[in-house]
This record gives sequence, structure tokens and C-alpha cells, in this order.
Amino acid sequence: MQTDLVQEARRQAEICNACRYCEGYCSVFPALHANRAFTDGDIAQLANLCHNCRGCYYACQYTAPHEFDLNLPAALAEVRRDSWESYAWPQPMARRFHTHGAAIVTALVVGFALLFAAIKMIGSAGGEGFYAALSHNAMVAIFAPAFLLPLASLGIGLRRYWRDVGGIGIRMSHLTKAFGRAAKMKDLAAGHGDGCNFEDEDRFSQGRRHVHQAIMYGFLLCFASTSTATVMHYVFDMPAPYPLLSLPKLLGVVGGIVLTLGCIGMIMLKRKSDPTLGDAKAWGGDMAFVALLGFVGFSGLALYALGASTAMPVLLAIHLGAVLTFFLLTPFTKMAHGFYRLAALIRDAQRVS
Amino acid sequence: MTQYDIAVIGGGNAALCAAMTAAESGAKVLILETAPKAYRGGNSRHTRNFRCMHTGPLGPLVETYSEDEYFEDLLKVTKGKTNETLARLAIRTSEACLPWMQDHGVRFQPSLSGTLSLGRTNAFFMGGGKSLVNAYYRTADKLGVDVLYEAAVTHLELSENAVQWVDYTHEGKSHRITPKAVVVASGGFQADTDWLTRAWGPAAQNFLIRGTPYNRGIVLADLLEQGVSQVGDADQCHAVAIDGRAPKYDGGIVTRLDCVPFSIVVNKNAERFYDEGEDVWPKRYAIWGRLVAAQPDQVGHVVIDSKSIDLFMPSVFPPLKADTLEELAALMDIDGAKLKDTVETFNAACGDTSDFHPTELDGVATSGLSPAKTNWARPITDPPFYGYSLRTGVTFTYLGLKVDENAQCSTDTGPIKNLWAAGETMAGSILGQGYLAGYGMTIGTVFGRIAGREAAAYAN
Ligand SMILES: Cc1cc2nc3c(=O)[nH]c(=O)nc-3n(C[C@H](O)[C@H](O)[C@H](O)COP(=O)(O)OP(=O)(O)OC[C@H]3O[C@@H](n4cnc5c(N)ncnc54)[C@H](O)[C@@H]3O)c2cc1C
Ligand code: SF4
Ligand code: SF4
Repeated sequence: MQTDLVQEARRQAEICNACRYCEGYCSVFPALHANRAFTDGDIAQLANLCHNCRGCYYACQYTAPHEFDLNLPAALAEVRRDSWESYAWPQPMARRFHTHGAAIVTALVVGFALLFAAIKMIGSAGGEGFYAALSHNAMVAIFAPAFLLPLASLGIGLRRYWRDVGGIGIRMSHLTKAFGRAAKMKDLAAGHGDGCNFEDEDRFSQGRRHVHQAIMYGFLLCFASTSTATVMHYVFDMPAPYPLLSLPKLLGVVGGIVLTLGCIGMIMLKRKSDPTLGDAKAWGGDMAFVALLGFVGFSGLALYALGASTAMPVLLAIHLGAVLTFFLLTPFTKMAHGFYRLAALIRDAQRVS
Repeated sequence: MTQYDIAVIGGGNAALCAAMTAAESGAKVLILETAPKAYRGGNSRHTRNFRCMHTGPLGPLVETYSEDEYFEDLLKVTKGKTNETLARLAIRTSEACLPWMQDHGVRFQPSLSGTLSLGRTNAFFMGGGKSLVNAYYRTADKLGVDVLYEAAVTHLELSENAVQWVDYTHEGKSHRITPKAVVVASGGFQADTDWLTRAWGPAAQNFLIRGTPYNRGIVLADLLEQGVSQVGDADQCHAVAIDGRAPKYDGGIVTRLDCVPFSIVVNKNAERFYDEGEDVWPKRYAIWGRLVAAQPDQVGHVVIDSKSIDLFMPSVFPPLKADTLEELAALMDIDGAKLKDTVETFNAACGDTSDFHPTELDGVATSGLSPAKTNWARPITDPPFYGYSLRTGVTFTYLGLKVDENAQCSTDTGPIKNLWAAGETMAGSILGQGYLAGYGMTIGTVFGRIAGREAAAYAN
């Protein structure tokens, strides 16, 4: 990890450790107070426990112009992004997207092109519905590796993270606790339950928690839609297309709507928030990522709506191109945060137990 | 320009409580805060808790804390120099303040892990005093209170026992307003080193100010000059021993050091001067400010060894560290041979340390040493050795405006019709000396609300 970023976060953590006023806001502070000195791994762990609610910034009596110049949300955000980049594998990809929104857009265009080419060159082999444009086998051949390779890459990154933060063997109790906290996004509510300080300085609001929940659950519903379709295809021999009142479609439509709205909401909130309290360098990359995610949801909905029209093959290429880009970039974009955050919560559960 | 019913001078806890209360009674209120927005909230932005009486579990507070127990706690620290009527009024009213604070946006912390166990007597603000101040500014804004930052009040014109007008400067220009009533909540004068020096002597030049640089007592001095009744002595202040590397102003809570009980403390001549183990640190925190102030150059040096380094809250700046006492002395700029001698004499006076217990009065004492160390006396032998320098950090001053139960100010000839005071600037009306943790916010909240109520009643 970049020593200057880690050192700056350490400097601030030491001030917080002598102060402790923010103890009640989130899980960062109890974890912080458990140490007297902070290794690089400790700082990485604190950074991944922080979700940038900014409560501790607006409450801090030591923010600039005070000479202590506290801005813990920004310091931790920078270390956090740097930790994902440092642990990522393969390294040549690590630093290309978080801070480069344009690179994400370029990747998206490449994704479109690949899918257009695939449709043109491989074609349907006589399938129905979407498979009329691109055969099922071709889709599997493209998306199985596009799904599994990033997971393997993330696995490698997470192992490196786990080693650095001193993680130990994981028990069921650690997992239940961590997943429980993630499901409710308890920390995003802040210790008093009134939410983050995000879109309007020190005003607490649930806005960010709600849009984030929409994105997460929308995404999970879409994912569940694809998963049930896969099961129906292989286990029950019920290939697509599915009618509207089928599990994949219901999950997918609801998920797509929730995901799209969540992403629009997040972009609006982010635009109102103060970029200097986050990782300012990653602002563009994060925005492009949220837009990509929202576009995945939206293009999926468009495909559902116009699947029977002549626009279908074009829409299919666009949607699948977006999905492909999204999958492949997962380890190198903001999407990685979900995995690291979960790891940090599991590690934190180990600390407390 | 808007015609205001009430001008509130200051932008800390007491001012905000007065402004919100008055606005809720329908008055049009203007807050004049001399600090820029980033530094609004005076000393209140540095606080963390509020001491509160309660006859049953209340908000974050457990069990009960009766009026009498609270009052006795107060008497112990003030050694009787207390105005009982006003003190009891503050104590009794504190119980109703806590839910009022919650209603006005303050969030309390459920229970506290790391720090002192004050869960029964003191309610902690989640995020500390600045989050309290932020919440109050939001609420005040909703109530229609106007706030002017960087508005330094310079003069209140007093005649015929009434404030005729208020002068302040803002953006380089002087302004005059004529509100019907005025609430002064502009704190003490501790940030004016010259005034402190007049009261304390030259030693005060070396004092650090723990809180805001904006409490310079300008309004206080202006009113006292015009014959407003005063209370308290100029040399009475709350001062603690803090890390000598703290900034001159606004170092706040992080500069405190909790290591004294496990140390020996020497002056610049490398001599001990007081029993470091007299009592548990929270109870001795405040006297060390004065002890250090009385030493040459107003400095003390804490010496501990590696046995004790993990026994106290981490410090904001890392300790000085050396493998020998001579090297440590060099880092502290004191005589190494002398320090070694002092430590050896101390070590020789230490006895059986098997009962050592860091969080209790363990009776592990020196024998035949003057001054004795009466608890936690373990020889300082295990390198590396660690050190901190201590300086006097002034929290607030007591000299202030004398008020009655209605927070109203007066002159020799009777009450001033339209002038009320709240918070630090009148705290001397209640406490003559000493201080009880969390009582400053109690005074500010109770008397802020009273002042707001009375001023609004007069103005309406
Ligand atoms: C580090 C520290 C920690 C503390 N912790 C606690 C605690 O935990 N609990 C507790 O009860 N007490 C604590 N105290 C004491 C507490 O801060 C005070 O008792 C309390 O804040 C006083 O409130 P106030 O509103 O009277 O004054 P302040 O909050 O100091 O407000 C005074 C205001 O007046 C303004 N002002 C000054 N001069 C002028 C002028 N000429 N014109 C216009 N405005 C002016 C200032 O800018 C400021 O906004 C602490 C103090 C310090 C320094
Ligand atoms: S962010 Fe500021 S107020 Fe909060 S614990 Fe750290 S130093 Fe204290
Ligand atoms: S920004 Fe929020 S989550 Fe991060 S450390 Fe501060 S209070 Fe905790």
C-alpha cells in the first residue's frame, strides 16, 4: 500500500484514539480504540470498516483550518481504494479504473463491440427468443469465464487482505454476525440510527442508506433472476424465453427497476455531497461505475420491454456488453468494496468475539 | 434590516439554548458569533458530556442521581464556595434539560467503553460537543433564528439600567442595532493572555488555552467597566496539566495526559514537587494545572518506564523515548545527572509493589521520601524510559457577571431591565472555585433556557 496514504490515516487515527468522541458513530472507532499503535494492516482494516458516512467529519472539532487537519472519512477512503488496488490481481489491471472514469466508459464500448461481433460472427444457431440472436452455448461460453475469472481474482485479493489484517479461521458465528450487519447496513444508519451526513453537510439523513440498499437488493434480485434461469435451464430443462409471470422475469424486472432507481438516486446524492470528504481522486471512477451498474439494470429492463421487437439484437448486444464489462471490472472497480467490506466485517466479528 | 427583538451574544451552548427558547416564544432573534462558521460554538464545541440529575433511568443515564448527591459532589470540589440557591436550581432543572436537548436534536451515546465510568452521572454527546452545536444551529435555523458569523460585539451601551444599543463589527464595518433585549453568552476571558497575565502574573504567558481563541472577555470587560455587578476573582480559573506540545489554542480534549499516577513528575531542575499518586487521576486532573503553573518556567516533566506505558489512554503526540535516563533528560532539556539522582532516590524509597493495582488506590507508597508518592509507587527501572512535558492548560475563567435566579444582570442600583447572561460568562455566580465534570454544560443549558425565556417575555 502507499505509505503516504497509510501514514496520513495513521496520524489521524492516533488523534482519534486520544479523543474518542466519535466512539458511537460506527464500527471503525471501537476497532480503532482496541489498538495503541497501528500496523499497515490495522489501517487497511479500519479503512474497509469505514463507509464514508462523514459523521465523524462534521462532528470533529479538529477539522481544517485547525492545525490537526482531521478528515478521517477522506483519509480512510483513500487508503481503502489504495488497499483494493494493492491487493488486486492481476496487478497491471489494478490501478486502471478506480481513478479513471473514462477507462470504464472505454471498457464499456469495448464490451459492446465484443458482443456485436459475437452476435455477428456466432449468431443464433436457430434458438428462440434472445437465443435467436446469440445461441445459449455462445452466451455460456462468454459469460461463464467472465463471471468466474473475476471471482478468482477477487479471491486472490481477499486472501492478501486477510493475511495483512491478521485474520484467523472463520467460524459460523463470525459469518452470521457480519452478514447480519451487512444486510441491514446497520452502520449506514450511524450509532443513533438517523443515517449519514452526506448530501447536506451535517444534516443526518437515511437517503444514502436507502439508495445503497436499493442498489444492493436490486442487484441481488437481478442476480437471483439469472441464477434461477440457469437452474431452470439445466436442472428442469426449461430454457428461456420465460413468460412475465415466471420467477426469472419477476425477479429480474423488480430487481432491474430497483437497481436503476437506486443508481440514479446514488448519483444524485453523490453530486450533492462534498467530494473532499471522500476519495476525491476516485470521484469520476465511482460515478462511472455507478452509472455502469445503473445502465446494466436499465438496459436489462429495455430488453425485457422490447425483446419481441426488431431492436432486440441491438439491445441484447448492448445489455450483454454492459454486463460483460461490469463482471470483468468487478475486481478493479468500486464493486470490489462489497467483498472487502464483508471481509472487514467478518474480521471485526473475530475481534469482538 | 430586520428589527430584532433579542440579540444573543455568542454562539456556544448557552447562546444557542437561549436563542432557541426565545424563538420558540415567538421572539425574533439574532445570534452574533465572533468566530467564523468553521470555529463556531466556542468552548462548547470541545465538550463531551452533560451532568444531569435524574430520579430514575433517563435517556442514556442509568440508576438515579439525586439532587442532594449532585449538590454534595459539587460542594466537594468547590470547598463550599458555591451559591446554593443557583446551584440547586441548575441541578434540579438539569433533569428536564436532557429530554429538551434530545427534542432539539442532541443525540446521546448509549454507554461508554474506554473512558471514565460516568454512565450514571454524565450523559455523553454522540460525536462530542461540536455535533451538539451543529444540531442546535440546525434547530435554531428551523425556528427562524438568524445567525451572523464573524460578528464581534464590541460594546453594549448601558444607561438608566437598560441596554440602549449593541455595537459590533462585521466584515470590517461597524454596526449598531437596538434590540429590545440582550442575552450575553460570550464565555470567559481566558483567551486574552494579557488579562490573564494581569491576574496571574507573568507565568500566564506560558499557559496554553484548551479551548477557543475567541473568548477574550471583550463584552465582559465592557459591561464590568459600566458598573454591571461582577462575581468571582480574576485569578480563579479551571486549569489542568496538558501535553506541553499542544497548540496555544483549541488543543481540546486530546492534549490531556493520564500518565501522572504511574510516573514521577519533576520540574525543570529535575526535582519532584508533589505526590503523583495522591488520588485516582480523574480526581487529581485539575490540581496539576496549578501545580505546574507554580513551577519555574511553568513546566513539569513526566518520567515513566516501560512497565507503565500501556496503563493509560494513548496520548495524541508520542512520548519522548530513550534507553537511559540521561538521554531522556537531554530530550527534555533538563540536567541528566540530576534526573538520575532524583529517580534513584525515588526508587530507593519504593517498597513492596506486589499490591500494585493501576485503577484503584493501591497503597503502594514510598517511605521516607518528601514529597511522598502515596499510591502506585513502583521504581522506575525498566528501559526504555518515556517522558512527556506538562504545561498548564486553561479551560475557562470564573470572573464573570453576577446574575439572579432569572439569569438577569444588575448594577448597584438594581436589575438591568433588558440584560440577561448565561453560561461561562456567569458561571462564577454559582461556583467560586473548583469544577465538576459536566457542570459547565449544565449551567449553560439551564441558564441559557432561563435567559431566553425571560428575554422573550420582556420583549414580547
Ligand atoms: C477542552 C474542553 C472540554 C470541556 N469539556 C466539558 C464537558 O465535557 N462538559 C462540560 O460540561 N463542560 C466542558 N467544558 C467546559 C464547557 O466548554 C463550558 O462550560 C461551556 O461550553 C460554556 O458554554 P458557553 O456557551 O457559556 O461558552 P462558549 O461555548 O465558549 O461560547 C462562547 C461564545 O461566545 C463567542 N464570543 C466571545 N466573544 C464574543 C464577542 N465579543 N462577540 C460575539 N461573540 C463572542 C465565542 O465565539 C463563542 O461562540 C470543556 C471545556 C474545554 C475547553
Ligand atoms: S474524528 Fe475528531 S472528534 Fe471524532 S474521534 Fe477523531 S478527533 Fe475526535
Ligand atoms: S466516515 Fe462514518 S463510517 Fe467512516 S469513520 Fe467516520 S463515522 Fe465511521
